[in-house]
Amino acid sequence: MTKKDDYLSNIEGYGRALRENAVSLNSYAEVLASRAIDIDKDIHAFARIDKERVIERAEELENSSRAGRLWGVPVAVKDNLCVKDELTTCGSKILEGFRPPYNATVVEKLIAEGALLFAGANMDEFAFGSSCETSCYGGAKNPWDTSRIPGGSSGGSAAAVASTEVVAALGSDTGGSIRQPASMCGIVGFKPTYGRVSRYGLIAFASSLDQIGPLTRDITDSAILLEIISGHDHRDSTSVNVDVPRYTDSLSQDIKGMKIGIPEEYFQSGIDKGVTDSIDAAIKVYKDLGAETVEISLPHTKYAVSCYYIIGPAEASSNLARYDGVHYGHRCANSQDIIDMYIDSRNEGFGAEAKRRILLGNYSLSSGYYEAYYLKAQKVRTKIADDFREVFKSCDCILTPTAPTTAFKIGERIEDPLKMYLSDVFTIPANLAGLPAVTIPCGFGENDMPVGLQLMAEPFAEETLIRAAHAFERNTDYHKRFAGE
Amino acid sequence: MGNKTKKKIITAEDVRYVAKLSRLSLDEDKIGKFQEQLDGILGYIAQLDEVNTDGVLPTTHVLSSMKNVFREDELRESLTTEAALKNAPEADEHFFKVPKII
Amino acid sequence: MNTKKSKYETVVGLEVHVQLSTKTKIFCGCANGFGADPNTQVCPVCLGQPGSLPVLNRTAFESSIKVALAINCDVQEIVKFDRKNYYYPDLPKNYQISQFDMPIAYDGHLTVPGEDGSSRDIGITRAHLEEDAGKLIHDEKKPFSYVDLNRTGTPLLEIVSEPDIQSPGEAYQYLVILKHIIKYLDVSDCNMEEGSLRCDANISLRKRGDKELGSKVEIKNLNSFKAVRDALLYEEERQEDILSEGGRIEQETRLWDEKRGITSSMRSKEGAQDYRYFPDPDLVPFEVRSGLVETIRENLPELPVKKIERFAEQYKLDKKDIEVLVSERPIADFFEKVNTECNNPKVVSNWIQGEVMMHLKDKATNIEGLGLSAKALAVIIKLASGGTISGLAAKDVLNTHIDTGDDPEVIIKEQGLEQVSDEGELDVIVNKVIEVNEKSANDYRNGKVNALGFLVGQVMRESRGKANPKLAGDMLKKKLERK
Repeated sequence: MTKKDDYLSNIEGYGRALRENAVSLNSYAEVLASRAIDIDKDIHAFARIDKERVIERAEELENSSRAGRLWGVPVAVKDNLCVKDELTTCGSKILEGFRPPYNATVVEKLIAEGALLFAGANMDEFAFGSSCETSCYGGAKNPWDTSRIPGGSSGGSAAAVASTEVVAALGSDTGGSIRQPASMCGIVGFKPTYGRVSRYGLIAFASSLDQIGPLTRDITDSAILLEIISGHDHRDSTSVNVDVPRYTDSLSQDIKGMKIGIPEEYFQSGIDKGVTDSIDAAIKVYKDLGAETVEISLPHTKYAVSCYYIIGPAEASSNLARYDGVHYGHRCANSQDIIDMYIDSRNEGFGAEAKRRILLGNYSLSSGYYEAYYLKAQKVRTKIADDFREVFKSCDCILTPTAPTTAFKIGERIEDPLKMYLSDVFTIPANLAGLPAVTIPCGFGENDMPVGLQLMAEPFAEETLIRAAHAFERNTDYHKRFAGE
Repeated sequence: MGNKTKKKIITAEDVRYVAKLSRLSLDEDKIGKFQEQLDGILGYIAQLDEVNTDGVLPTTHVLSSMKNVFREDELRESLTTEAALKNAPEADEHFFKVPKII
Repeated sequence: MNTKKSKYETVVGLEVHVQLSTKTKIFCGCANGFGADPNTQVCPVCLGQPGSLPVLNRTAFESSIKVALAINCDVQEIVKFDRKNYYYPDLPKNYQISQFDMPIAYDGHLTVPGEDGSSRDIGITRAHLEEDAGKLIHDEKKPFSYVDLNRTGTPLLEIVSEPDIQSPGEAYQYLVILKHIIKYLDVSDCNMEEGSLRCDANISLRKRGDKELGSKVEIKNLNSFKAVRDALLYEEERQEDILSEGGRIEQETRLWDEKRGITSSMRSKEGAQDYRYFPDPDLVPFEVRSGLVETIRENLPELPVKKIERFAEQYKLDKKDIEVLVSERPIADFFEKVNTECNNPKVVSNWIQGEVMMHLKDKATNIEGLGLSAKALAVIIKLASGGTISGLAAKDVLNTHIDTGDDPEVIIKEQGLEQVSDEGELDVIVNKVIEVNEKSANDYRNGKVNALGFLVGQVMRESRGKANPKLAGDMLKKKLERK
């Protein structure tokens, strides 16, 4: 691969170029890794790029069968997905030096398809954030404007794809952590139905909300990756035993007569005009393609952020209790006493946002508050999910903006947690209800930054989303725009 | 915060208690900051009180089909001791090591 | 204390933890076994490695239902797992997967016999399934503790009694009965030394007639049933002393010191624990269909109480014999198998309690490990009671059979152990014995009946055990009384 354009290809294009140019994979990997390292000086999409390991992998792949669907294709993996014997640190000092003794199921699946893994995509610490700024390595930057955040928490995954360091990436999405950064970086981000993809090996934030998914240049790549990473896993009790369709078969299907719900609650105050304009234009594209729009209401939408900021931190406070300096990760120096060791290790290891969420979570679970907070939130969660069940009786999917604004400036919201939390207002409901949701680029808004369009569907209706997203792509070219062009 | 008369949802005392539960220790000035931030968040979250949830079942697992997942009682390979201890901040050949527990 | 005269009555509740002897751990496929080298039976799941997830062991779940049914509990229709959050270095996730408000079972009872022959039902509050923690090893000389996580994730069934137990003795009996039942179900070794059965006790005193319970003290570090009884006796006295002097009992946890025979306060740095229980989102709920419960119920083995009744009825054995035979289910089963072949309950019982148990003890093994089939023992018993071999020879045959596995009939033939019941053959020996032991012969003639036993013994010796002792006795008598 020599031409600049080659790096703008999607998975299929990369594969073709690799086969046709008949380059040896390890020299190609060397070029690729050097190029990524170079770009990453500005973007910081990775906590680290281990060039030697990338080349080593390429050598292994060179000697393998070339049958894999991702053979030689560079795919970034978020720093919270366990890659055996490679640093996996969740963007946190508390996991410094941690090399998992096993691969996450999705990592196994990528390897089985011959992907050239780039581990360690930068992220908000433990995925706590919407800007990537809470990473202990310093945040990633938005390739469209490096003074701006790439979104979060999978900001590194999004920036790595948008800056063409890699073709595709895996991220995780607990309240929008795939979709919001994908939207802000002008790429596709897909959160599958809860239970569709095994969470085994995903370092947990909030177990009942977390889901792994792809971040890609276009919906075709998301469909390919989804096909690869989905499926039942006996190691994850919440992974669902439902057959995985051939998602790529849903590409190129037309959407005539598809009913698209437009929820009024997602178009109220607090949304940038540039975002609204882009979404309105997108709705028109859909109408022109023969889709029918339906006005719908999801009345409990406004409670989603509150609900999420109880359930998420509560589960996180327990999931993060294990980082105590005993079995892995950071341990403070010179502790004489076990309790001091716990406290000092955790104090030194966790950043401010992680501490905030741990405190918030433990508070809402603590004696006397459980019912008022945690149990209440779980009940409101039921109401939010019920809203969706109701509207899916009258529409096939739901169209909304992915985020209320385009990418904001680095530092703009970091001191105001609540304001930061509210940037996930449109993405959180899909996590609470377990729905599949995708964001696709649909225009440019304030400061010429990308705007994303979110589509949500019923559980296991990923195919509807792929159909709708692909129809949009066929009639627009936002997914072919690159930063710095 | 400004409004001094507004009753705090979470007090500095609560923050100290929760910090202890969380195995975190916060400096006094940090306690104030966390208290303010958490109070702001909890103030926002208080909107949930508006929602009538009488008779509503809590959602722990979002898909109702998720139940009765077992594994059979069959052996799988364990890790080697070396692999198990590899990441430990302090260990010898056989054990994790921690400061003495009295 | 706690004589009938005491002003106070004792209220005891027991929390028993039973490790289930499944092949693998509760949430992962690591071996569940005692005594392996440290940190060899561990994997990402039981190590609490980031990203790992639990999946419930079906056998652990079903074994728990077995126990629940055997202790007369209601198995719940919906069962879920919760996280109990607390920090300890033997708990790698710093939360224990346990059950809070929807455990496997509620509301059972055990019938416990009293010393006076009557019996009382002790209520069982609940039984819940959880994961065991690892082990800490302390080295007095070093500033470290060592963590071994092999035990982490061993399935643990906690059985909580109501505060229905009225004395240390009754607590002891409750444990004996509970252990007996669980052993019968073959779901745990119930070995207190290896920690597969553990017990904490709660005890409080109240004035006789009072409804309200007194402040309770929890006692830990109880390593045997005897320790439970002794610690409760000690604590009963300690609390009565305090109360009689107008003092107050502090609600606390105390540790039993076996060597000194006292309990002492375990002061912890923590205040009241706040475990922050919440449903574990990594595990799904479990619907226990009534069909499953019924299938398990139908397949429960006959439990000790029923077996004791049936043995009395069916075999007409003494209470003492029955107690020994049913003490272990394999022994009881073995007894029945042998008896089916030779239909002689008392004799079979004697053989099992005598020779067989002696061999078990010598070889430190169990009935399965002894290499003795019910059929073989039945053959030996039949040959002995039919007079083909003497009782003494029968014991030799059994020994040889256990050592070599050879067929009893072959052993008898090869060693020529067949009993001599032919008067002609014995006549020579009997005459010789009378001649050589003239004094004893005269003693008998002069009315010392005991002397006969000695003479029979000599005939047995002379015949190298082959003589039919009854016949030998008869012949001796006849010859000695003739004159």
